[in-house]
Amino acid sequence: MFGNLSERLVETFKNLRSKGKLTAADIDATLREIRRALLEADVALEVVKNFIAAVRERALGDEVSKALNPAQQVVQIVQEELVAILGGEQRRLSFAKNPPTVIMLAGLQGSGKTTLAGKLAKWLKDQGQTPILVACDLQRPNAVNQLQVIGERVGVPVFAPEAGNGVGNPVTVAKDAIKHAKQKQFSVVIVDTAGRLGIDEELMKQANDIRKATDPDEVLFVIDSMIGQDAVNVAKAFEEGVGITGVVLTKLDGDARGGAALSVAQVTGKPIIFASTGEGMEAFEPFYPDRMASRILDMGDILTLIEQAQKSFDEDQAREMAEKMAKDAFTLEDFLDQMQQLRKMGSIKNMLAMMPGANKLKNQLENIDEKEIDHTEAIIRSMTIKERKDPKILNGSRRLRIAKGSGMTVTDVNSLVNRFEQAAKMMKTMSRGGNPGIPGMPTGLAPMGRPQAKKAKGKKGSKSGNPAKRAAEAAGIELPKTDKGGSAFGLGG
Amino acid sequence: MFWRKKDKSVNEPIVEIQERPKEQHPIEPVAVVEVQDAVTEQAIIQDELVLAQAEDEVETYESAAITAKDVEVHEVEIAQVELEPVVLPKRSLTKGIRSLFSRIKFDLENLEELESVLIQADFGVDASEAIVAEVKSRAKKSGAETEADLRLILTGLLTEKFGRDDRALKLDSGIQPYVILVVGVNGAGKTTTIGKLANWLTQGGAKVTLGAADTFRAAAVEQLETWATRSNSEIVKPTIEGQDPASVAFESAERAIASQSDVLIIDTAGRLQNKQGLMDELGKIRRVIEKNLAISEVLLVLDATTGQNALAQAKAFTEVANVTGIVLTKLDGTAKGGIVYSIQEQLDIPVKLVGIGEGIDDFGFFDASEFAIGLVGES
Ligand SMILES: Nc1nc2c(ncn2[C@@H]2O[C@H](COP(=O)(O)OP(=O)(O)OP(=O)(O)O)[C@@H](O)[C@H]2O)c(=O)[nH]1
Ligand SMILES: [Mg+2]
Repeated sequence: MFGNLSERLVETFKNLRSKGKLTAADIDATLREIRRALLEADVALEVVKNFIAAVRERALGDEVSKALNPAQQVVQIVQEELVAILGGEQRRLSFAKNPPTVIMLAGLQGSGKTTLAGKLAKWLKDQGQTPILVACDLQRPNAVNQLQVIGERVGVPVFAPEAGNGVGNPVTVAKDAIKHAKQKQFSVVIVDTAGRLGIDEELMKQANDIRKATDPDEVLFVIDSMIGQDAVNVAKAFEEGVGITGVVLTKLDGDARGGAALSVAQVTGKPIIFASTGEGMEAFEPFYPDRMASRILDMGDILTLIEQAQKSFDEDQAREMAEKMAKDAFTLEDFLDQMQQLRKMGSIKNMLAMMPGANKLKNQLENIDEKEIDHTEAIIRSMTIKERKDPKILNGSRRLRIAKGSGMTVTDVNSLVNRFEQAAKMMKTMSRGGNPGIPGMPTGLAPMGRPQAKKAKGKKGSKSGNPAKRAAEAAGIELPKTDKGGSAFGLGG
Repeated sequence: MFWRKKDKSVNEPIVEIQERPKEQHPIEPVAVVEVQDAVTEQAIIQDELVLAQAEDEVETYESAAITAKDVEVHEVEIAQVELEPVVLPKRSLTKGIRSLFSRIKFDLENLEELESVLIQADFGVDASEAIVAEVKSRAKKSGAETEADLRLILTGLLTEKFGRDDRALKLDSGIQPYVILVVGVNGAGKTTTIGKLANWLTQGGAKVTLGAADTFRAAAVEQLETWATRSNSEIVKPTIEGQDPASVAFESAERAIASQSDVLIIDTAGRLQNKQGLMDELGKIRRVIEKNLAISEVLLVLDATTGQNALAQAKAFTEVANVTGIVLTKLDGTAKGGIVYSIQEQLDIPVKLVGIGEGIDDFGFFDASEFAIGLVGES
């Protein structure tokens, strides 16, 4: 079997990190993987095609070529576009100005309407509403009983004048239910209907008749998250045949990717309002487009990771930094600055742990010692501004003072200064080498670990050809290695 | 078609069937009743306890049976039973499938469209690519040129890939009642399939018992009961609400034996395959039935609208329940159920039945060439 998308993207991006800039071919290779992932997640083919075209257009534009890490940027675009289609932000249920609010449920056979009706009733009741359930599935054997049992379970009355099992007219029941609800002053009417196929014209007309008879405030299209390519046909049929106002995705407690969510949202343009996540009556929650986007792509928390990194690290600032380095103006002051950026991103270990395949990195993670950052920070903080800007003036007595002030030894101070100078030199070479941006995260962010420094120094002959890696080595950092030759987005490097 | 012991004629009324000599069954019904009572009693206490108890009882009973009766004589008896075929009403699936291919133009130079159609039929990316490659190579070899040639190649390829000779339900061992265990995710069509299957069997003159082992979903037992009435089958229901499904399955087996049924079909609650607890429960149901009877078929019911997740379903259910065949339901809709291709390729499980509607007669036996022609369309 194929690994998940993030694993495959790691493959695709493997070589991109050192290049810095993405070519059109790189972007296409990435998009091919994304296309495949979307299809394997059951997103409908026509939706995938449109989606990929939209992402491609953006990816070839400025925002990617100017990005600090273009590969990251492509994934970011994919995420943004997914969320945009899935509805941007959550939409709430709309209620009638004059009660009762009428909610009609419609969908294929076996999609989970009756169970959902119960959950919705409970949820509304918990909010202080007085809902009533209406049994309009007179088709499926014992659907009426099922609704009655469920109603009893959640303590909501059920309007069921017909026994069902093929007997009774659902349109009449629906009409009477509204009258009944008005009379008895129920605030919400939830109409459960029989499952029907999109191509069953007769039954689609019947659903439309129920709609006309009840004039619902919401017509919720209930769809199984395991559904495949047919989702587009079904969604179109229900949108055209009945007209829907929102979507509910069911059985999300399963392990299906749920690409149908994207198909349905795209085809109908209607928001997904709720997610049904289990057989219990509480297993029901508002729909979160961003979570769904990650689920469809199977990207773990990698997108959150990118987001976090981007939030705390301003790209312009990074550019400025790169320029400074080129002009030999990178100081310990800047270094401290970067250290603080790193802190803002949260614990490094936690960040790395969010990355798919991170368990492979476990050992290396142990080598990144946050205490190390504390120490480094303490030393720099004990320096005067002048010292930070020009470490060359650091003579023996200054170093002793700094050591005392930071609670470290003079050796610690010496080693920091040495490694800083080496790193600064390396960065300078790197920037002059015509590399437009800094691939991956800015190297200066890496903490100055001690044990690795010795190792790196010990094998001078094997210094990495990758400037980022080389600079890191000089700074005494061992880059976390996966067996795939580097982390996906240069974090940790 | 299924096979049963010859002394029972197709037209024989049920009352008479019940008078068949008890020795025909490997297990003595009288003792069974005791076990059953024990189970019913215990059921009120605690589900787990009940089952352990029941399992013990079965073991004690089995050894008792061995001392009470000469095993060899017993086996000889089984071997001597003469079987006769029972012809069941014909079912066909052609009604259920609408071609997707009829609207595409085949072009040997550019088979991308073919790939698209396969993907849209839920074959999945890998299988679609493989099929397209195979069509290409066959077309080259045979020098195919026209669209008709290509259609023929595709139809042939699909027929071949889907084709196998173990489609029939395995109701031929002669050791009755034959047990069919029906499993699948929520809402796939298990209970409906059971109703259709039971009706088909009773129409052929078989005596059928249904076991209502979905003790979880609201009104699931009542739903099965409706199908039992419609199909003229017996039903074994839980005696207390929310009874352990395994104990219902156990009782069903005992009762099917006692009432000398030809076939016992067990309904189970829908469960998503990633819920380990529920999957274990299914394993237990199977083991408990096997205390008394050999299971002839474990049918996994798959909704044809299901996408790639169906493969995960097939894997998980096969692991715990030893699935012997697939029932592909809801083929009367617009979905094609192409994922069964990969299921058969990867897991070697044949599609046996298809569901093509909600009516009692709306099902058929899967036929590779009908399915292929239905998909590709007439050339
Ligand atoms: N159109 C169509 N509908 C079907 C078919 N088979 C079952 N259904 C419908 O699908 C819905 C679910 O069927 P059930 O038989 O209750 O499914 P189940 O697997 O027993 O469901 P749970 O026990 O709730 O997990 C019902 O509305 C059935 O009428 C079929 O072949 N075609
Ligand atoms: Mg059922």
